[in-house]
Amino acid sequence: MNVLTVRDARKNFGQVAALNGATFELRQGELLALLGPNGAGKTTLIRAIAGRVRLDSGEIRLFDRVLDGRRTPTDLGIVPQEIALYPLLTARENLEAFGGLHGLAGAGLTRQIDWALERTGLLDRAGEPVKQFSGGMRRRLNIACGVLHRPRVVLLDEPTVGVDPQSRDRIYDMLADLAASGVSLLLTTHHLEEAEARCSRTVIIDHGKVIAAGTLSELVEQTVGRFRLVTLRLDAPLSADLARAFAGGDNGSGVDESGRTLRARMGDVAAELPPLLARIRTDGRAVDDVEVRGPSLQSVFIHLTGRELRE
Amino acid sequence: MRTLMWVGWTNLRRDRVAQMLTFLLPIVFFSIFATVFGGQSDATTARIRIAVVDEDHSDVSARLIQGLHNEKSLRTQSTADASGEGTVLTRTAAEQLVRSGDVPVAIVIPAGLGAAFSTNGFAGGGPAVQLLSDVSDPIAPQVVLGLLQKVAMTAAPDLLMQGGIRQFEKYAGAMTPEQKSAVDAWLPRLQAQAPVSGAANSASASTAMPIAVDVVDVMRTDNRRGSLISFYAAGIGVMFLLFSSVAGAGGALLDEAEAGTLERLLSTNIGMTGVLVGKWILLALIGCLQLTVMFLWGRVAFGLPLFSHLPGFAIMTIFTAAAAAALGLVLASLARSRAQLSGFSTILILTMSALGGSMFPRFLMSEGMQKLGLLTFNAWALDGYLKVFWRQAPIWQLWPQLLVLVSLTFLFLSVARVLARRWEAA
Repeated sequence: MNVLTVRDARKNFGQVAALNGATFELRQGELLALLGPNGAGKTTLIRAIAGRVRLDSGEIRLFDRVLDGRRTPTDLGIVPQEIALYPLLTARENLEAFGGLHGLAGAGLTRQIDWALERTGLLDRAGEPVKQFSGGMRRRLNIACGVLHRPRVVLLDEPTVGVDPQSRDRIYDMLADLAASGVSLLLTTHHLEEAEARCSRTVIIDHGKVIAAGTLSELVEQTVGRFRLVTLRLDAPLSADLARAFAGGDNGSGVDESGRTLRARMGDVAAELPPLLARIRTDGRAVDDVEVRGPSLQSVFIHLTGRELRE
Repeated sequence: MRTLMWVGWTNLRRDRVAQMLTFLLPIVFFSIFATVFGGQSDATTARIRIAVVDEDHSDVSARLIQGLHNEKSLRTQSTADASGEGTVLTRTAAEQLVRSGDVPVAIVIPAGLGAAFSTNGFAGGGPAVQLLSDVSDPIAPQVVLGLLQKVAMTAAPDLLMQGGIRQFEKYAGAMTPEQKSAVDAWLPRLQAQAPVSGAANSASASTAMPIAVDVVDVMRTDNRRGSLISFYAAGIGVMFLLFSSVAGAGGALLDEAEAGTLERLLSTNIGMTGVLVGKWILLALIGCLQLTVMFLWGRVAFGLPLFSHLPGFAIMTIFTAAAAAALGLVLASLARSRAQLSGFSTILILTMSALGGSMFPRFLMSEGMQKLGLLTFNAWALDGYLKVFWRQAPIWQLWPQLLVLVSLTFLFLSVARVLARRWEAA
């Protein structure tokens, strides 16, 4: 069941088209990654859903309600990229403040705060000012403040930026728990490996338009196809004839400048790798190392956008 | 070394706020203070308004009043209305004019002065002229006192001489018929020499003191120092209230916008109007607390009569703090950064404080500057505090000041709301 639907969202800032017909859906209980190079329109899209940007045209539906772009719906939780906390307040006081502003009070607020502190692993630090927290702890509290009022849909803008791997794992565990409880989460990230490992689906946006959406295997099928990238490192450069024969195209295969590293795309490694090794042996070269890699989100992303995510 | 200088110069060239603080701010302040203080010596220097009460109705009192009227630096008022209409002023009415701040000084010429003056001349001995004054203005009574003595010397020289001759004859014997004849021929010429425009300028005239003068403080005489302290407490308090309101509003809006908490606040049910109202109430309460602490310190350290004026103080403080908080929100909504807010608000607040009387009493400024000062927030707030602590005015008489402050509050809040749209949905 779709909880959030974005249809043909368009938004211009002056001459710049920030959104150019973006369309996608968020399903109940899923953790959806929104990927795109810088300036692709991710933040504009998130802000439009949050009621902070008014679309020029198009439609955003949340639980079948069309959003007017003026106010943030109450069943939406927002986790901004900035650490949007009051540094002189303690963790508990920050949660009290934002919980109160979301309409929580009394025992309900206390219960939710205890839940959030427990989920974020900050229960024993609840009484300390936030300014004393590490980056990872602040990030976790930042998320807690956005989900404290138990929204059914949560938008997270770069929730793991600038934190160490341990904190990142903890944050994703937290998000997975939320998703398991039926909350739908849409997050933007620059960490492709995280999106690949932790998110159920991925939406790739570029130039204000969604250019692909689906699970990793669906994206691979839609884009680069089912292949393996085989990398061979040789003891000496290939002969000129053989190097010419292996000169690749734009699909990642070919010989590097040193002539000692050879890359080849193979649909069936078991069938295609032995003849290749035989030809190398015939050329009088030995293979020092072999690496076989399946298609990744990185390769999908580069295939679709023609650039690295951080460009 | 050269590289460091180049980096510093390039930074300065590209930092408009730094340029403004370095070059523009000193010029602005120089201009303001040159205008405020330099204007005291030109033709627009304030004419001191005085009320004149004639209880003597003699030739001498008439001539004194005419002489005062002719003084360029005085603006006399003998009737209830400053335009010359209404009933002739009595001592009570004149005192009320001083108490209400309409005039800083009133001169009461008592009955019998003319007779004594004509009889005794320089010897004095008559009833003293009373100078009813408001000592919150320490300058005006002194100026009027000097001018009164000058006028006494120059307005009726013939009468003064006649009195002098009588005194001479009393102690030295009668003059000969020839001497008497010469004096009689001289007196009309002396009378004709009486100035008609106050142009007489005799250094000795002001030191001769031909008439006795009693200076009467018609304001509170029981705790004069404490009441004066309240005037300065209000002046400084309002200026720093503005500074703290701007700083607080900057923290409330600009810092929150930068940190992302404003975005988070706007994603709750509260909305931008709610955010502004919440911040405004908090800033106003902090402002009330700030002024209260300042006046309490004035009470403890300087004997400021706070507790005997609590209702008026409370009302003025609440309305002043509310308006200052709203102004702070306007400036914070207008500025794009903390640095911009700091530079702009410093110029504005110090300008308003200079013109509005926080740094230098408005009654010492020229008339034009006094009127200009009324365009500032400070002037209305200070006038209100002055009414409470100095003029002992009943609370209802604060209505002009409160009306202006309330109007400013609503105006500022409305402007802030419009400007704050930039943080709302794009």
